[in-house]
Amino acid sequence: MYQYDQYDQAMVDARVEEFRDQARRRLEGKLTEDQFKPLRLMNGLYLQLHAYMLRVAIPYGTLNARQMEALADIAEKYDRGYGHFTTRQNIQYNWIKLEDAADILADLARVEMHAIQTSGNCIRNISADHFAGAAADEVVDPRPYAELMRQWSSFHPEFTYLPRKFKIAVIGSETDRAAMRLHDIGIRIVKRDGEVGAQFYAGGGMGRTPMIAPLIRDFVPLDQLITYAEACLRVYNRYGRRDNKYKARIKILVHELGAAEYTRQVEEEFAHMLSVGVEPPLEELARIAAHFADPAFVEGPKTLDRSDPDFALWVDRNTHRHKHDAYVSAVISLKPAGGIPGDATADQMRLMARLAKQYSFDELRVMHTQNVLLPHVRIADLHALWTALDEAGLGSPNMDTIEDIIACPGLDYCSLANARSIPLAQRISERFAQTGRTEVIGELKLKISGCINACGHHHAGHIGILGVDKKGTENYQLSLGGSEAEDVSLAKITGPGFDEDGVIAAVEKVTDVYLEARAEGERFLDTYRRIGMEPFKEALYG
Amino acid sequence: MADNLGTSPDEVQFRFRDDEAVDHGTVTVDACCDQTNAAAVRIEPGDDARLLLPFLDRLALVEVNFPSFGDGRGYSAARILREAGYTGELRAVGQVLIDQLSHMRRCGFDSFAPDKRLDEEDARRAFATWDNVYQRAADARRTIADKRHEA
Repeated sequence: MYQYDQYDQAMVDARVEEFRDQARRRLEGKLTEDQFKPLRLMNGLYLQLHAYMLRVAIPYGTLNARQMEALADIAEKYDRGYGHFTTRQNIQYNWIKLEDAADILADLARVEMHAIQTSGNCIRNISADHFAGAAADEVVDPRPYAELMRQWSSFHPEFTYLPRKFKIAVIGSETDRAAMRLHDIGIRIVKRDGEVGAQFYAGGGMGRTPMIAPLIRDFVPLDQLITYAEACLRVYNRYGRRDNKYKARIKILVHELGAAEYTRQVEEEFAHMLSVGVEPPLEELARIAAHFADPAFVEGPKTLDRSDPDFALWVDRNTHRHKHDAYVSAVISLKPAGGIPGDATADQMRLMARLAKQYSFDELRVMHTQNVLLPHVRIADLHALWTALDEAGLGSPNMDTIEDIIACPGLDYCSLANARSIPLAQRISERFAQTGRTEVIGELKLKISGCINACGHHHAGHIGILGVDKKGTENYQLSLGGSEAEDVSLAKITGPGFDEDGVIAAVEKVTDVYLEARAEGERFLDTYRRIGMEPFKEALYG
Repeated sequence: MADNLGTSPDEVQFRFRDDEAVDHGTVTVDACCDQTNAAAVRIEPGDDARLLLPFLDRLALVEVNFPSFGDGRGYSAARILREAGYTGELRAVGQVLIDQLSHMRRCGFDSFAPDKRLDEEDARRAFATWDNVYQRAADARRTIADKRHEA
């Protein structure tokens, strides 16, 4: 994985000192709260319902054991002994004191980490396919491009006060495991006639106005990647709406101009920028790529002893095909039945770090599904790994099932939320685990947001739940048919909402309809797409 | 009223140029395009800086106004002018704060007239925040990538 050189380290260290100075000027009254707010946000510090929340960047979700251990130390030293992994492959701490923030950033810098641009109206932490460099179906490893973009977007002088936040995802497979087309810019690294380049999508997003990003360029040559991104951003910075924060994301600009006109403007700016010369030297990409060379895979058994049914179930559910046939990628579920999606205690983080060292070439990935991945595990080591995970309560065999719920922090933490998400997720996963239906149903992605900002990705859920405030009480709208994958689609609302008990019953009814109607091999989403909304409505409201 | 626009040299707190400062008011972008003799112009956030490109030869001062520090359009305006070869004074005016100075400098601003005077020591530190930079920008500094691969 990528390692800082003296320059990367110096940049992060300089940022810590800059923030220390900003915090000092805030305390001395030289900065008003209005002036300080965007500065602390660009260092990941939010003011939430009960305390400050610090969001730490995990670029494209990749970290090593030492970094994971540092995250555990921070959880214990500055928070309440746990952290929360997010849908953008980051980690959040929910109980932070402002006066500790600079020290935490300094602790992070010591392990090549930071909280830079994890919030604010700037280019946010770059996300990527969590199976990058491991998946059997990968065409090109997206991580070198994600790292190149991390450096380009860090402290970008022109794009620090954009109309609104800006999220970029990079993938390198036909399969989309990063919700690429629901990002402000989605990039798929492709190969055409042996030449590697980038496909650009722009103007996707969730939030209150969900949009699927249209393709704006089918092939950007590698030595023009940054230049093209810069052109996309400049057009947005100049013409994105600033009159209304709810219409300020690039998706609205692309929608209002039309994809063709936005593309025309980008191409014009791109042609100009090519003449200016903003692209880093191509050797830089090669230097970065060398950091992502394969670890030293060794041959080994390709099959395993499946006599223990619990182990066999976990293997079937939680492992993913690796490009080397003696290995798999193994998902550590942070979704125990009845647990808080994405939460991990300091002890669990340390265990995951130890297992990564022991079994996965010292590497972990944070998945956008709020789980943690060990990307390269020998098939021969799987049983030992599973045993250790299971003992620590990290062995739930539920990846991509109805228990693998994505949920935002909701009203338990978030100052924007209208309703609680976490307790609902806990009750649903508990309920389906108890009735044993999880396994019968198979793949079903359930996503819960506690307000229309959609941090829980409910628009992209096979089943989506949106919490709203209805005359002072929490009410939950159900939607069906969304997908963040390569078959991307936006979920549609079923009808009137439900109270908390009602929405749990509604989810069960919806799964009943599916089990009744499904054809051989169909996932919930496939059945929904085949039979449409009506049978579900009928069951819910008929 | 054209002569009410603009900052005077007295209001400029930081200037990174050796030439004499222009000592007359600026005109709007529209007026600059209509007049043949204006040497100083002021860009508002919604203005298209590219309208000025045919007139760069006669411009000695371009002010870019930041009515609100959170509106970042002026950064693009500045770079566009520098990319087009503008060498005159490029002045950031309005809500120009300590923590925006280093980025503004990188985008090509070489003078600063904040509407509230800034602490000199804080500003000095802010201009020097970054020993190195990741991106190419209007200041032509060698980037980290350039340094990594220099022969």
